[in-house]
Amino acid sequence: MISGAEIMVKCLEAEGVKVVFGYPGAAICPFYDKIYDSSIEHILVREEQNAAHAASGYARCSGRPGVCVATSGPGATNLITGIATAYMDSIPMVAITGQVKSDLLGRDVFQEADITGACEPFVKHSYLVKKTEDLPRVFKEAFHIASTGRQGPVLIDIPQDIQENCIDEFVYPETVNIIGYKPNTKGHAVQVKRAVEAIKNSKRPVIVAGGGVLSSGVKLKIQAFVDKTRIPLISTMMGIGVMPSDHELYLGMLGTHGTAIANRALHEADLVIVCGARLGDRAVAAPNQMSEKNTVIHIDIDPAEIGKNVKTEIPIVGDMRDVMNKLSDEIGDFVVEKQWSETVKSYQKDMKRVPKKFDGYVEPRSLVGNLSAMFHSKAILVADVGQNQIWCANNFRIREGRFLTTGGMGTMGYSIPAAVGAKFARPTRDVIVICGDGSFQMSLNELATIAGNNLNIKIIIMRNTRLGMVRELQDKLYDCRHSATILNGDPDFLKIADAYGIDHAEANSNEEAEEIIKGIVDSDKPFILVCNVYPDTPSI
Amino acid sequence: MQYTLSILVENQAGVLSKISGLFSRRGFNIDSLAVGVTNDPNVSRITIIANGDEYVVEQLEKQLNKLIPVIKVKRLNEGDFISRELILIKVHCAAAKRAEIIQTVEIMQAKIVDVAPSCVTVEYCECANRVNTLIDLLKPYGIREIVRTGTIAIDRGTAAVSV
Repeated sequence: MISGAEIMVKCLEAEGVKVVFGYPGAAICPFYDKIYDSSIEHILVREEQNAAHAASGYARCSGRPGVCVATSGPGATNLITGIATAYMDSIPMVAITGQVKSDLLGRDVFQEADITGACEPFVKHSYLVKKTEDLPRVFKEAFHIASTGRQGPVLIDIPQDIQENCIDEFVYPETVNIIGYKPNTKGHAVQVKRAVEAIKNSKRPVIVAGGGVLSSGVKLKIQAFVDKTRIPLISTMMGIGVMPSDHELYLGMLGTHGTAIANRALHEADLVIVCGARLGDRAVAAPNQMSEKNTVIHIDIDPAEIGKNVKTEIPIVGDMRDVMNKLSDEIGDFVVEKQWSETVKSYQKDMKRVPKKFDGYVEPRSLVGNLSAMFHSKAILVADVGQNQIWCANNFRIREGRFLTTGGMGTMGYSIPAAVGAKFARPTRDVIVICGDGSFQMSLNELATIAGNNLNIKIIIMRNTRLGMVRELQDKLYDCRHSATILNGDPDFLKIADAYGIDHAEANSNEEAEEIIKGIVDSDKPFILVCNVYPDTPSI
Repeated sequence: MQYTLSILVENQAGVLSKISGLFSRRGFNIDSLAVGVTNDPNVSRITIIANGDEYVVEQLEKQLNKLIPVIKVKRLNEGDFISRELILIKVHCAAAKRAEIIQTVEIMQAKIVDVAPSCVTVEYCECANRVNTLIDLLKPYGIREIVRTGTIAIDRGTAAVSV
């Protein structure tokens, strides 16, 4: 005989799960009792939302679904923001929640919450398991759904008695057959031909690459495509890292907080090849105008994305890998007219700006710009949300590493827990967090997770004593009325670091900050650097 | 523009809330909804009538297709399908008016299924337009109660919505 809880652990083992992030509680206790003896490492976070963010960071760096676990009721509801973040960012994740016993469901008992109902808009799929026998199939399906097609979070809600009940034997299914879920991965040959025709006939094409390029693992393919065709590439926030920042044909991030170069090139292009991006409002503020001016080729695994935000002439539904292979084969020796690539390169020279420095403060954009050279080329930078995110997106010189942030949901407090997940996925890589003093305080409780596991994560806090992004908005649109955007009462972050036993320092100039960073890059211990930033430093 | 969608779904708990939730959170309006099991007991068929422009319908079809328990979504072509809904109408019926009401019911090919001293209950199974016509005809006598199902629809000829 084998209990539901043992089956849950065996399912995770069968899926090759090495680490899960979670927080226990009564309704998930049977599972915690079994994972205690298993080969799977459980990382105790300090609040459930961060378990989901950690699973997200883990998934993005390992390429496998991240797993997070919470108990029923408040444990489960605390997960929601993390699940919703993974949904908006299309991150593969399996979230497991305990639930009150089946016969008590719907009676509003202690720590009961309808979590499958509450998460409905934010999950790719969810299960409320009613029979212990169903567990193997449900887990198999959940991992399959989370990691295929357009990736996303899947929730499995398991009542306590389902975890306790025993069945005769455990058999993990080898295959999945979900009649309503057969994602189309092969790009349509006719559409690919049309796309190639359009590319060949274009004078000023650009590629817009989104998170889909990274999640389908075709970064190098698309780089090769750019090198061969000389078509310039722009990335969305989620697509940063598709190209090395210093590549001559990489124009940076588009959108309201993007680079002038990227937006100008997009404006002047006659053909836009959108790859794995949804082009939300922050990426293209007026998508209708965009499609009026230029031909749009949209490649995406999710058919619902095509035509949703931008009118598309040539839709290609399929996995980026398959479509890029086909495009590369069909395009032959095509090289874009030299004039266009030269024009774009000249923008890069004309439009470079040097950020203004303020005495007695760290200039964050210059610091971020120099950061990459100080760390290993494969470093993972995790940016939070707000001005710090924009400073990183536009200035970090990414080489072969990763840039993680929540571009879709924009959840403050993402960076520290996501970095925890990233570190577990890639223990040998440099992992750097850049956050603001606002976002730091949203997840500083995870310093305990970092300290407790001695995770070598370098945290740089850009302290401007403001909620800078909102304050900037208030300056522009609300007559400089700074309602609730001044962070009064911030604690001494160095003392906080000290309390967690994490080495720390403070910097008031770029020279000082860089000196400190150079001294810590080779250490294998976590570090917190507080950079005092001039409060009126703009995002761009 | 009004359109009719036939949706085949896995016959399991929670599917209807997934579908109705999708409509409300994406701001689509449902005019009518009907659900029932098909010849395959594992599959239910939902007929939805909704309003919107071409963009809305296309998005709706795609978003419905993304739901895991949704097996198939088909937009039925206007004029190429048969649609029916069932209505029960309780009408005031003084003895003097009874003959008139019976005549109206007969002309419309509806049926009286219950009679009481001061009212009759009429059953009618037709397309929404005809049902509305019957309601209009009976209104002058005084309607006490109406209960109607959502519309169900099926393709004409050999075309079929199947798994």
